[in-house]
Amino acid sequence: MADPGANGATPPAIAVRDLTMAYGDFVLQRDLHFTIDVGDIFVIMGGSGCGKSTLLRHLIGLNEPARGEVFYGTESFTHAPPGRRAEMLRRVGVLYQSGALWSSMTLAENVALPLGEFTTLSEAEIREVAALKLALVGLAGFEDYYPADISGGMQKRAGLARAMALDPEILFFDEPSAGLDPLSARHLDELIVELRDSLGSTIVVVTHELESIFAIGTNSVFLDAESRTMIATGVPTELRDHSEQEQVRRFLKRGEG
Amino acid sequence: MSVQSPTGELALTRLPGGTLVVRLAGAWRLDHGLPPLHELRRELREATPARIAFEGEGLTHWDSAVVAFLAGASSIARESGIPIDRSGLPEGLRRLLDLAEAVPEKDDAKDGSNIDDFVHRLGEKAIETHRLFRSDLQFLGHLALTVGRAFRGRARFRGSDLAYLIQQNGFEALPIVTLVTFLLGLILAFVGAIQLQTFGATIFVADLVGVAMVRDMGALITGIIMAGRSGAAFAAQLGSMKVTQEIDALETMSISSMDFLVLPRIAALFLMMPLLTLYGDAMGILGGAFVGVSMLDLSLVEYLFQTADAVSMSHVVGGVFKGAVYGALIAIAGCLRGVQCGRSSSAVGEAATAAVVTGIVAIIVACGVFAFAFYVLGI
Repeated sequence: MADPGANGATPPAIAVRDLTMAYGDFVLQRDLHFTIDVGDIFVIMGGSGCGKSTLLRHLIGLNEPARGEVFYGTESFTHAPPGRRAEMLRRVGVLYQSGALWSSMTLAENVALPLGEFTTLSEAEIREVAALKLALVGLAGFEDYYPADISGGMQKRAGLARAMALDPEILFFDEPSAGLDPLSARHLDELIVELRDSLGSTIVVVTHELESIFAIGTNSVFLDAESRTMIATGVPTELRDHSEQEQVRRFLKRGEG
Repeated sequence: MSVQSPTGELALTRLPGGTLVVRLAGAWRLDHGLPPLHELRRELREATPARIAFEGEGLTHWDSAVVAFLAGASSIARESGIPIDRSGLPEGLRRLLDLAEAVPEKDDAKDGSNIDDFVHRLGEKAIETHRLFRSDLQFLGHLALTVGRAFRGRARFRGSDLAYLIQQNGFEALPIVTLVTFLLGLILAFVGAIQLQTFGATIFVADLVGVAMVRDMGALITGIIMAGRSGAAFAAQLGSMKVTQEIDALETMSISSMDFLVLPRIAALFLMMPLLTLYGDAMGILGGAFVGVSMLDLSLVEYLFQTADAVSMSHVVGGVFKGAVYGALIAIAGCLRGVQCGRSSSAVGEAATAAVVTGIVAIIVACGVFAFAFYVLGI
């Protein structure tokens, strides 16, 4: 199998090599092969049920590939031993679709938990960093609220604050704008770009929101449910105008043209 | 021929030239039933027409009843290769029919899972049982490793979580444990009194209640209460955390859900069940004493002294030990079913039910094993 960094160029953030995803005998997607470069806002797109979110679960180790490999940089994530995998995941933050905040903890405690686990900061310092992260997503003053006490959009932002707790190099977003009103969705998009620019993070977004895709995506992969594989990869706006695949153009133009 | 409904009419007429005219008139509504498709089938069996023409000019009101009838009629006609003519139908009806037929029925959407014969179901059940058994073993193995880590002081959970769980599954269970064990003592006393009265030996009610509660019943009934109370709660908590991806969030942060969620729950019940058992024993003895004093003319002091004589330290220690084991079993069953929970809200309910069933079966099996072992050991 080709080593993703073998040609001497800067190693990619993530490389997916000949990945096949399956539930038992049922193959969801096969032969996925793409590279996510450092500093990209990489969009995983496709119709409902094509396996976008499952691909994300494969990238962060919640599902195991049926075949193929996922690399972080030049190092295989798929074949890393559990301890090494945990270290690699420490450079990663995930914003889940529903926020997935721990419901028995306050927002500050949610952000503080990874800080307490993986840093040597004191209680007071942790509290300060947690407050800062919440302030970054516009939730200053909400430290002692429980997830159930705030709106869905705020839960998402709090989930983002938690995902950013350890200053990850790679941030994953699962359907960030799902369930948000257009304005909140737009704010979240702006926040994503801002994070990439200011922290230099690599960002991977699973979405089918066309507006987001064009507004923030710098690279993408298109998963097709019918043929069960990726049928396009590249800059979203270019795919919309110049893709050779009719399905991709139709998807990106909402079926017009 | 024609069919009348309370408000509508369906008429089938053959024209010279082989055309069958299906004419709908009046008002057809869902609450009066669909126009009868079998009439059309019967008509078609008699002689195959050259074409079928639908007419609906006389319809004063129509809804999905008519659309369903026409869609059914069209597909019958298509199967028999008879051309149809819908030009006599109202415009809205025609458009709805076109919409219903725009996407052809997907054959593979109806997969094999609704095959419903005995062998098929037996096979699926066997595979499912095997899969569940493997996942049970996996959980227990994982748990053993976690407990090992905990003894070396390397398991990570929050002390505040453990304190909260202890409060919830210890202190807050007191009222229900009080009620049930008191009543159980009372019931045992009545059962004993009926038998012992015939010998004039009612004072031995104290022995019966005391020994039964302390040796077995106190731990068992407290265990059953806690299986319903805490076991179900643990399964529902972990199950819903799985549904909302909270467990995924822990795992991707390399925080083991075994350490963080399962271990404190097992520790809490393991620590609290012996105390609750001891408390339940006392309440059961009080329940017996209540019957003894109020109905059997025994004095309270006499009853309690008789109990103290009958119950030995080894009974008490054995009972408390059983309580601790039941506590661990209930918590393990609850967490196991919670971790195995599927990703939907109905799965959470199933997990809670399964946790109670597993918990109660586990403690009753353990109770049987203890009864045998204690008998052999002469305790």
